[in-house]
Formats: sequence, C-alpha cells, structure tokens
Amino acid sequence: MGSSNSSVNNIPNAQELMQETGFSAAHILRLHERFEFLDKHKCGQLRLVDRPTNQPQDFGAVQELALNPIGDSIISAFFSPGQETVDFASFVRILAHFRPTDRNQSRDGAQQEPANSSIRKLKFAFQMYDQDRDGKISRAELLQVLRAMLGIQVTEEQLQSIAERAIQEADLDRDDAISFDEFRKSLEKVDIDHKMSIRFLR
Amino acid sequence: MEMGAKEKNQQLYKPYSSGIIAKEPPSSWQQEIQDLRGSASCLRSEPEFEMADIFYFCRRGVESIMDDEVTKCFSAQELESWNLLTRSNYNFRHISLRLTVLWGLGVLIRYGVLLPLRSEQHTGRICNRGSKIYHIWLTLKLKFFLSEKVHLMCYRICVRALTAIITYHNRENKPKNGGICVANHTTPIDVIILANDGCYSMVGQVHGGLMGMIQRAMVRSSPHIWFERSEVKDRHLVAKRLGDHVADKTKQPILIFPEGTCINNTSVMMFKKGSFEIGCTVYPVAIKYDPRFGDAFWNSSKFGMVNYLLRMMSSWAIVCSVWYLPPMNREEGEDAVQFANRVKAAIAAQGGLVDLIWDGGLKRAKVKDAFKEEQQKLYSKVLVGEQDQGDQSDNKLVEDENPKEDKSHQDSTEVQ
Repeated sequence: MGSSNSSVNNIPNAQELMQETGFSAAHILRLHERFEFLDKHKCGQLRLVDRPTNQPQDFGAVQELALNPIGDSIISAFFSPGQETVDFASFVRILAHFRPTDRNQSRDGAQQEPANSSIRKLKFAFQMYDQDRDGKISRAELLQVLRAMLGIQVTEEQLQSIAERAIQEADLDRDDAISFDEFRKSLEKVDIDHKMSIRFLR
Repeated sequence: MEMGAKEKNQQLYKPYSSGIIAKEPPSSWQQEIQDLRGSASCLRSEPEFEMADIFYFCRRGVESIMDDEVTKCFSAQELESWNLLTRSNYNFRHISLRLTVLWGLGVLIRYGVLLPLRSEQHTGRICNRGSKIYHIWLTLKLKFFLSEKVHLMCYRICVRALTAIITYHNRENKPKNGGICVANHTTPIDVIILANDGCYSMVGQVHGGLMGMIQRAMVRSSPHIWFERSEVKDRHLVAKRLGDHVADKTKQPILIFPEGTCINNTSVMMFKKGSFEIGCTVYPVAIKYDPRFGDAFWNSSKFGMVNYLLRMMSSWAIVCSVWYLPPMNREEGEDAVQFANRVKAAIAAQGGLVDLIWDGGLKRAKVKDAFKEEQQKLYSKVLVGEQDQGDQSDNKLVEDENPKEDKSHQDSTEVQ
C-alpha cells in the first residue's frame, strides 16, 4: 500500500465525484484508501452482510462502529433499499452529507441541492429513525431506536414513557407518527451544520 | 551519522496526534449531549429524551467509518516529512527529479552496503551464540557469571547487526531481581533492545523448529519461562510459574509485554491484567522508536518474520529511546486492572504515546458486547441526570473485558 503509485487518476469518475460532493482531490484519495481498506475481498464493492452468518460484513471491520448503538442503522444507510453492495461512488456520496456546510455558497435555482446541506444532514438523521423508509417515524420504530441506544439500562415502562413524550412533543398532526417536516420543525433550534459535520485535517 | 542521531535523540518525541479527521475527545461527549439540549441541566424525575440526541451517535459512527483509532494502531505510522524510504510514504508521487535521484541513491546504499554488512554480522551472531552457550553448559560452576557476560555480548552483537542506536534514560531505575519488567510492544526487536542492557527472563510459548532450538539453548544458560501451548490457556498455572520465579531473588527479572501484540508505537493499548496480579514490584519501561530512520513496527498480518528482518536491516538505522521508569507497586485497595492502567498511563506519558483503552486483541477479534453496554450505560446516565457519575471512567470498560482470550493467537514473547 505504501509504495503503490496512487493518484486521483486511478479512481474512476474522480472528477465528477469531486464536483458533485465538493470533496477535494486529497480527500477523495483518503476516502478511497479507506474504502480499499474496508473492501477486504478486493472486489470494488462493500457488502452488507455475510450471507451464512448474517453478520455485518465489510463494515464490521470498524471496531468502534460495532459498539455504536445505532451502528447497524448507519451501515444500512449506505445501501439503497434492496441493494446489498455499495461501490465507491455511492460510499463517497453518503459521506458527503457530513462535509461541513459552505457558508458562502450561493446557488441559483437550477443547481441541485448540495450533498452537505442542512436538509440532507437532517434526512440522514431521519433515516436513522425511519428504518423502513416510509417517510414516517412510527412509535414502534422510535421504540426500537431508543432500545438500541439505552440497552438494558432502562425499564420497558421508562422506555414507553420516553417514546410517548417524544411523539407528543413532535407530532403536530396527531397521526401518531413523526413525518420529516415535523422532525425538521422540532429541530429548528439545533445547529445541525455543526453537529453533523466532520472536518478533514488535511 | 551515528553521532548526529545520538544528538537528535535528546529531543523529546512529539506525541502522535494526527489523523485524517478532526475528532472530539471522548471525555467531552457528555458535555456535547447537554449542549444539544440547549437548556441548563436540572435534575428531572423522569428521563428526558431529545430527538436531536441521535446526531451525536450519527456523527461518531460516520467518523469511525472514515477513520478509527484501532486500525490506526496496526498500520505503520505516517511521517510528516519523507525519509527516503518508499515503505513509509503513502502518497507516493513524483515530486521532483532531484528527490527521485536521492531516493535511488538511498536504495543503492541501503541494499548494496548496509544490508550485506548487517546480514554477515547476523549469521555470525547465531554461530557465535550457539558455540558460546554450548561451552557454558559444560562449565557449571561459572555458569551464572559467564552466562550473564555472554548474554550481554550476544545481544550487543545483535544490536550492531541491526545498527540500532539506543539511548537509555534513567538507568538507576533498571529492573532488579525478583521483579517484573513491563514494556510497550512494537516489534520483536524490543527484546533485543532491552536485553542489550541487562539480563531478563523471557516468557513465551514453546515453539518448534529453529525458534524452539534457540529457546532450549537459552534455557541452559539462564532461567526462562516457556509454556506449552496447552498450559497457556490455564491462567493459574501461568500465574504460579511467574510467581515462583519472582519469589526466587536470585533469578533475573521477568520481561513481559502486557499488550499481547505489536502496536505501531504511536499509542499504548490495554494491558492484560495477568502479570499485574502477581503482586510483586513492577518496573515499567517505555520504548520509543524514531520513525525517521526506519519503521520498526512489525505488522504480522502483512509481513512474515524473514521479510520483516530484511526490512529492518535495510532501513537507515533503528534509533530508539528507552526510559526506565521508577518501580511501582500495587497500592491498597487497588485491583489488578487499575494497577495495570496506572502503569500504562505512566509508560504512555513518558514515551509520548497516546494512552488507549482498546484491547490489542481487537487486531484479530471482534469488539465485545460489554463495550456496547458501557456506551448505553453512559447515555442512559445522561438522560436520567446526575446519579453515580463516580467511576464512569476507562477502568469500568477494562474490568468488563474478561481476559479469557484465545491464547492460541499469541506469539512468543507475549504473555497474559
């Protein structure tokens, strides 16, 4: 790995990716190295699960992710529904959500929503809750996420009451589920750009 | 060049802090969750949950996908400026003709001059040691005295063979008989470096073949502790043998690397508590290699032993500093794990290494569920408010981790 001549030119569609996501050449290189590290079987794709055991496959190599309570949700965010593999371009596109927002960015109406805008970041967080991707966080889904985050540390009753209060506070149209707009409204005061951004050091 | 290197050794090593992304230190994450809420934290009777809490976990998760602490420890350290070894340059690209020419010259010198010289000395060493040990075995009376002399001489030859420039600090704290010497582990050469300055008893698994022969030869001259593969799994037997050895004050101090595996010399990983349970004096030693002259880290999943030795003998030099730290004993009310962490912190502080809580065994195994539980505990404590904040420290994490590791993974000088 150390002595191979790696440049952005070796990465397919590098220029397009850079334009689309806003990552610089150096960042794309870094992410490519990381992708290759995770891709243990060298097939150019990361796989979701290892069929026989149903354990997370390539992302399982990241130890810290294994102990993140919502680790599994984060991994599935990389894979489109029904897909079991993700290539480098999609990998980078998802990670682009976490690029710090460009403050001075001005765009005309014709341009597409940048990957790292607040809305996209919010959508990513929403996906963590909304596992079945139906656009609403149901009570069951909320309970599931809460259970993952808290484990056995709280009782079932406490969990139910937490979920109840959260839904009551956020659910404005009283349909017992939180839609994306309601989610966004409840998080108006939060500095999303800061909380959901990862800065590259070099 | 040696003189220059010796001078440079006097400088303190910079602690390794670079990664590819900026991360928050873990101790402040509770603060972060509070910030997310915005309001002042007052004690509530009911746990309060905010939808925004998920942001923290999202970010940590994606951060770890981009770059995580554990895998960083098991790959060679990156240098700020290139030392003309392609092996330590990740983004190898053509910068200028002059640099390429310099590099070419470097290759010629290293492979054409340094390597042959060193390998000649290396083979000479093995024959030398073999014959000397045979002689020792015959003259039993002078056995211990001579064996010490021979031992030191052999290791000095090894050191010359590798062109290792070692600076020992605080030699007054050198380990004494009846104690255990504990050091951070980067490479099998650590053994040679420490043994160059004193006689130690090694601990490890019995091997077959050439290694086994060397092990048997070593035992004839001084007491070492070699375990059978089956015995390694039995912790009590291991502890007993170690205990017996240290109880005998005429025997040399035992050398143990509690991390259990090679780490890349930028950080210190979790110490296995076995050696700290014995209850004798522990002499911590910090070893720090200068990465500019050659990367000493043995990535056992990438290179075998022969390949590794070749790389070692064809780098510029092996420059390192060894600090002998003052002896430590287990205090009242301290258990083995806390003691281990205290020693680890001292070694990390002296060597300028990052003190990590992770288990080196993660190189080969998966994270235990106990860690996940710990995360959940921390989060629930934030929700429920200030209750027993007290021991929410790394100690708890290490305690949950039960060192019933699979010993069959371990290499020779690694011990529980």
